[in-house]
Amino acid sequence: MPDLPSIVIDAESKPFWDGIAVGELRLQCCGDCGRAVFPARIVCPHCFGERLTPVAAAGTGTVYSKTVVHRAFGAFAEQTPFTIALIDLDEGVRMMSRIVGEQPVAIGDRVRLQITRLGDAPEAPELPCFRAEMVA
Amino acid sequence: MSPRRRAAIVGVAESDLGKTPHLTVLSQQAQASKAALAEAGLTPDDVDGLFTAGNWSWAPALTLAEYLGMQPDHLDGTNIGGSSFEAHVGHATAAIEAGLIDVALITYGSTQRSDRTRGRPRPATLTEQYEQPFGLPQPVGAYALAAARYMHEYGVTSEELAEVAVSARRWAVLNPRAYYRDPITVADVLASPLIAEPLHKLDCCLVTDGGGAVVVAAEDRWQDVATRPVVVRGHAETTTHSSISRMPDLTVTGAARTGPLALERAGVTHADVDLLAVYDSFTITVLLTLESLGFCKPGEGGRFVADGRTAPGGELPMNTNGGGLSYTHPGMYGIFLLIEATRQLRHDYRDQLGRQVDGAELALVHGTGGVLSSTSTVVLSGS
Repeated sequence: MPDLPSIVIDAESKPFWDGIAVGELRLQCCGDCGRAVFPARIVCPHCFGERLTPVAAAGTGTVYSKTVVHRAFGAFAEQTPFTIALIDLDEGVRMMSRIVGEQPVAIGDRVRLQITRLGDAPEAPELPCFRAEMVA
Repeated sequence: MSPRRRAAIVGVAESDLGKTPHLTVLSQQAQASKAALAEAGLTPDDVDGLFTAGNWSWAPALTLAEYLGMQPDHLDGTNIGGSSFEAHVGHATAAIEAGLIDVALITYGSTQRSDRTRGRPRPATLTEQYEQPFGLPQPVGAYALAAARYMHEYGVTSEELAEVAVSARRWAVLNPRAYYRDPITVADVLASPLIAEPLHKLDCCLVTDGGGAVVVAAEDRWQDVATRPVVVRGHAETTTHSSISRMPDLTVTGAARTGPLALERAGVTHADVDLLAVYDSFTITVLLTLESLGFCKPGEGGRFVADGRTAPGGELPMNTNGGGLSYTHPGMYGIFLLIEATRQLRHDYRDQLGRQVDGAELALVHGTGGVLSSTSTVVLSGS
């Protein structure tokens, strides 16, 4: 089994990964300008304010772009083809994620958080993946 | 006009290219440096500023200076990805204008093809931990995301992207040093394997070994040099993001800032440009760059390169060595853009049928680094 990249959790990212462990996607909210911030940091990139507090995201968003990957490296090679998307969360920040589930997504589609372990490796971490939002 | 001392490129050279298992990153840079200085008629003792970029040492400028036996008074290890060398030309020019140095040596080397290190998993630290665990192959995956968004917004087609690769290959046919020299068609590009949709293998740059060197000298030294000086007329650099997730708009690069600024600083306009050297890491990079630079409107890059406009014999020749797509691409390609533009502006190819851009006097050289993360634009003129 080829190696997976190990995630080096630091003081700033620990709340995010602790959140994933309890099923929550954690962002920050700036107490000065009110905007959402991701990834976590100690100064707001919009106003340089320092009053950043953790907030749980709703876990819903819209696909800004996506690619179906046919050639990947290391442990990911055997997972191809798979879909990577940039997702605009409803809180106003963008994140990269993997699309899981049977239903393919297109740019502009609504998606919902689904925390998932990718691949069969026992050391595979739980990650904030997304799946297509079911349309009623 | 500014009374400041001008700077010019007075020597350029490549190291051995392609597969170079007999060379290290240091010997590549020494090989290219020796050839570039020799071409200029300068010696290592003339060099008082050393510029390099890489991640092959904890402090590449120091490792390289030691290897070359130099103790320069001005060191610059600025690494902003593949556009680093256009930035180095700007920094060297500023140092020359300020009277800090007379002769700058800018170098690059990479053994990435022989090393086979690309894509090996690394620990995901700092902001990488929010992207790397999802498995996107980098950098191609990031450029694929940009291409997908661009095609969605403007209805641009894979055929239009492929034109960039076809045009590059037509130039490569004319370049004996190019890695791939067999002509290709749009159909060949579309029939090559998908790597990350919508990008095919032939939408992607090569993975080669290779190095290069560029010597920049103050105008009081021009009388001593053996080549026709290629004057640095203007420069600008910027960054918009590091991770692709943080790129403000996937269809607009930093070229929107550095292109107009470099032209303004050079005192010229788009219409004055005879020759383009634009970083072509992927076909999408070129279309986004041409639009952001202002050579055409958003979404019109595909139509701009259609019908061979940038190919041999076209009205705006671009990447006349075959580019990163067909000539060489050792990881950070930016130095090769400068080498080719310099040779064109010196009319070095006048005896090679079809290769020389007739009457080329002004070139726009544009580097892109990371995942569309940094850009640096240099305007050069032959007189």
